[in-house]
Amino acid sequence: MNAVPPRSRWAPYAFCAPFFAIFLLFGVYPIIQSAVLATQQTYGPKASRFVGLANFKDLLADPLFWRALWNTTVFAAGSIFIQLPCSLGLALLLNQPKLRGRAFFRLIFFAPSLVGLVFVAVIFSLIFEKRTGLLNVLLHGAFGCDPEFPWLESYVMPALIIAALWMYAGFNMVYFLAALQAVERDLVEAAVVDGANAWQRFVHVTLPAIRPVGAFVVLLSLVGSFQLFELPYLLLNATGGPDNQGLTLVMYLYQMGFETGDLGYASTIGWVIAVLLGTFAAVQWRLSRD
Amino acid sequence: MARLRLVITYVALAACSIIILIPFAYLVCASLKTSAAFFSSPFLPPGDGWFGIAWDQLTLSHFTRLHSELHFERQLLNSLFFSATLSVLATLACAMGGYALAKFHFRGRVTLTALVLGMLVVPGTLLLAPTYRLLYQLGLLDTYAGVLLPLAAPAFGVFLFRQAASSTIPDALLEAARLDGAGEIRTFFAIVVPLLRPMIGAFMLISFLSMWNNFIWPQVVLQSGAKYPLSVAIAQLKNVYSQDYGLLMAATLVSILPVLLLFLTLQRDFIAGLTSGAVKG
Repeated sequence: MNAVPPRSRWAPYAFCAPFFAIFLLFGVYPIIQSAVLATQQTYGPKASRFVGLANFKDLLADPLFWRALWNTTVFAAGSIFIQLPCSLGLALLLNQPKLRGRAFFRLIFFAPSLVGLVFVAVIFSLIFEKRTGLLNVLLHGAFGCDPEFPWLESYVMPALIIAALWMYAGFNMVYFLAALQAVERDLVEAAVVDGANAWQRFVHVTLPAIRPVGAFVVLLSLVGSFQLFELPYLLLNATGGPDNQGLTLVMYLYQMGFETGDLGYASTIGWVIAVLLGTFAAVQWRLSRD
Repeated sequence: MARLRLVITYVALAACSIIILIPFAYLVCASLKTSAAFFSSPFLPPGDGWFGIAWDQLTLSHFTRLHSELHFERQLLNSLFFSATLSVLATLACAMGGYALAKFHFRGRVTLTALVLGMLVVPGTLLLAPTYRLLYQLGLLDTYAGVLLPLAAPAFGVFLFRQAASSTIPDALLEAARLDGAGEIRTFFAIVVPLLRPMIGAFMLISFLSMWNNFIWPQVVLQSGAKYPLSVAIAQLKNVYSQDYGLLMAATLVSILPVLLLFLTLQRDFIAGLTSGAVKG
């Protein structure tokens, strides 16, 4: 590198300046500040007082925090155990040899993820309506289900998981499909010659081959799930819903920080989210190494 | 046997496509129905017209009301401004920074790279409260700059460009340009930018989309309705006009159509850009 040096030794600094000026001011400095804030109680952005570790102590004794953590975990579990198998299923369908129109189907499946979460929430707020909503009308017409099924009153988490399933199943499919297309044909054919049936080929050849991508997609889903905000915020009209069934960690952070005005408590919740996601990333990194 | 399998695959794919397209169809139909006809059918109202549809119960009035009553074009322009400005700013900053980290030796390079890598794992929600207070101290709350600046230097952007630059720009080319007497800025725009083009295109599109769909950040920063992008405006609309389904759906359709069309036009470049980065990087 650089057998011929740049004409000015300042060149790299000039190229770095725009990015790192903003990055240091609005990225690195706020992180330091969030640690400071976690030891404070604030009344809006103007007034604050030092409280030490009281925020963390309060948080551990706060039933709403545990409720939010539980709800968020349930949603994450739904993403991983319901949504990702659907994504993999779609990818397997699209990976059939001799299939025509693959790009067309991929585009349709991918399209919902381009629609922002806010807009998805507005559409699904009508779909989940009790008597008139599309989902109840269709389920009643097709299977005779209860047309008064109270999605947003008593089944908030299933509703959120359904909306997210519609939105992200095709998004995660793209990763699985790319991984499947990279599985070596030779390996599959060798398994056929050895007399392995379709299920055995799937379990012993395909699954191990797409495991690294699978682990990555699981991490992506966890990161997305633990920052869930827009869907419940709009579907439940800026509340946690009946009995706080739909209160998520980021919603609680938002309520504490920007409705109650305690940026310190909000930062403390932010640190909990950061530590959880950091742990997930570390576990994924360890698992993908061996 | 193989043929039967293919037929089953097509049937399954068609069924999944229909399920995925239903909410879109619902959205379009709902935005066109008169309020009186809204609940006559989940999709288009049945009647005596062609295809058994009551065409006279369809209307464009929801869309004209968006303009005449709500001046919704203001929100559309705001979203366009936010998204276009951010995609240019963030792409330029990240491309220059990533190029410098990949292709120059200088004091501080290792530290800066480590900071970027560390920042990759920090969730954006951790920064909400401290950045809000910082904007208050800087007097930038409720300004366009307050929305844009904190989003203009994403760590993963500079990381992507650093990877792309180190794999697609040969050192020999940079050296040849320097020997020929080209200045560093000229080298960047005449040699580096063309070589990074696939990544630049993909990253601009990603930045545009993520700003267009961003809700929580403009919601936190902005207070005056005239500055709201579509995402924040639609949340307000949902509170105030919660029973005016046609209007709400018309507003939603107007909000998502631009990005869907943009993506459909550019998806070839978009996917090519992403995969080329993935394969070479």
